[in-house]
Amino acid sequence: MSKPTTAELERIASQVRRDIVRMVHAVNSGHPGGSLGCTDFLVALYFHAMNRKDGFDMDGKGEDLFFLSNGHISPVWYSVLARAGYFEVSELATFRKINSRLQGHPATEEGLEGIRIASGSLGQGLSVACGAAQAKKLNGDKNLIYALMGDGELEEGQVWEAAMYAAHCKVDNLIATVDFNGQQIDGPTEEVMSLGNIRAKFEAFGWTVIESNGNDMASIVSSLEEAKKLTGQGKPILNLMTTDMGYGVDFMVGTHKWHGVAPNDEQLADALGQLEETLGDY
Amino acid sequence: MTKITYTEKKDTRSGFGAGLAELGRTNPNVVALCADLVGSLKMQEFIKENPERFFQIGIAEANMMGIAAGLTIGGKIPFTGTFANFSTGRVYDQIRQSIAYSEKNVKICASHAGLTLGEDGATHQILEDIGMMKMLPNMVVINPCDYNQTKAATIAIAEHQGPVYLRFGRPAVPIFTPSDQKFEIGKAIKLIEGADVTIFATGHLVWEAIEAEAVLAEQGISAEVINIHTIKPLDTEAILASVAKTGCAVTAEEHQMNGGLGDSVAQTLALNHPAPLEMVAVNDSFGESGKPAELMTKYGVDAANIVKAAQRAIARK
Repeated sequence: MSKPTTAELERIASQVRRDIVRMVHAVNSGHPGGSLGCTDFLVALYFHAMNRKDGFDMDGKGEDLFFLSNGHISPVWYSVLARAGYFEVSELATFRKINSRLQGHPATEEGLEGIRIASGSLGQGLSVACGAAQAKKLNGDKNLIYALMGDGELEEGQVWEAAMYAAHCKVDNLIATVDFNGQQIDGPTEEVMSLGNIRAKFEAFGWTVIESNGNDMASIVSSLEEAKKLTGQGKPILNLMTTDMGYGVDFMVGTHKWHGVAPNDEQLADALGQLEETLGDY
Repeated sequence: MTKITYTEKKDTRSGFGAGLAELGRTNPNVVALCADLVGSLKMQEFIKENPERFFQIGIAEANMMGIAAGLTIGGKIPFTGTFANFSTGRVYDQIRQSIAYSEKNVKICASHAGLTLGEDGATHQILEDIGMMKMLPNMVVINPCDYNQTKAATIAIAEHQGPVYLRFGRPAVPIFTPSDQKFEIGKAIKLIEGADVTIFATGHLVWEAIEAEAVLAEQGISAEVINIHTIKPLDTEAILASVAKTGCAVTAEEHQMNGGLGDSVAQTLALNHPAPLEMVAVNDSFGESGKPAELMTKYGVDAANIVKAAQRAIARK
């Protein structure tokens, strides 16, 4: 099967953004800002970059795996998983409702296809990704591990334990991406807790660092291709990806105010007016 | 029943090391992780024989729990090794989210539990770990009593699908369980048959309970001694059957009274068969530096205190 073009990926992303704002609006809760910012990346990952098998099994042998460490952006992941065929898109309507498999933060308990570990309490995903990457090596499996973290999440100490470990153990089948949107719940990261030079920090820890524009589909696709070429060379790969929180909905862009707030009816209509329905709403 | 004796003392952590080494030879999916305490955890044999299946994490226990969870994805059975303190309290949220809630097949193997860690003092003497671990849904909690049982438990938990907390200790203690005794998770073991009081003991306190029984026998008191090696799932059937016969009980453990075996037994009795219960456990206090035996005496968790507790329990019938 041929890979979708950049234009085709952008059309999928438009639908995913519609899904996100509709899901969050429906339950008046959830995290639209980071979800919209990372939409292009997750679409490129699942529809272009990752080597994926049909169906889902927990061990994921013989395919690339993805771990979402910043679990609060579950809306974008659920939408991308559904649009990629892991489960019916109609199930997106159950997000955050009682008896749903689509928990507020990703969970494995109800067996939702595509999810391999719970996340939401921040800072844990890079460690998990390191373990999964080393399991692949033990199994002689040449496929890759991808992980996504928030930038505010880098304030958690465990991230740096994992960063040190991945370099020391030469976990070079791992491509971790940081969603560098400069925002966290209490305000801009530079005000809440300055992250300093993220690139220099990861390089000092022994990682190979690349940079990308996370709201430019062509930039994301080429950076993921570049990252793949850099694997297998003894170093873990960090993709420092600049995004705008809330990208795609003009009144949500670039502010932490839409981190964990749902749009009201008028705001939803405004947002949907800016996002083309390309694959059919759920 | 024949009198329970011993000829040799050995640390339970060495039982873990021996069990892990055997798993290394028999189960290719077993992998081991350690946070800079290889010697203390007796993991050298496994590492020597399976270097590619050992992961040195350094002093980063939170990372170790996450890596262990990740290794299960791909079919590995990770055994993490560090002190009980760093295996639980330090990493509670990592265990909660990445292992227990995520139903990952990780075996958290915890040495130097309780007061018998000794001279290092209260910073390292965790007495709350059983409580923390038993509160987590999906978690199995095991506290074996001697070298043989720790070895058998280590081997047995590899066959159990799901997270397990395995607690053991530092000092040499009597070896009195048969070396060929198969370990059954959740199945209490009756060591001494009795009629007047049941002593439910776990971990290092099982041997103390055996000694207490001999003292009680001299006083004309017939005590039943049951080894509760698995605190969760608790063998409520064995507990209720015994107390139905004896009419009162004592629990004995190297742990806080809050959250320990005593809590679990009290809950079982209160819900099913209320009966006098006395608890031998540390009473809402941290430990301190000292020799293990001195500490067990000072904090009231030894054979002498089990004897007194049995007398109190019988008097309340």
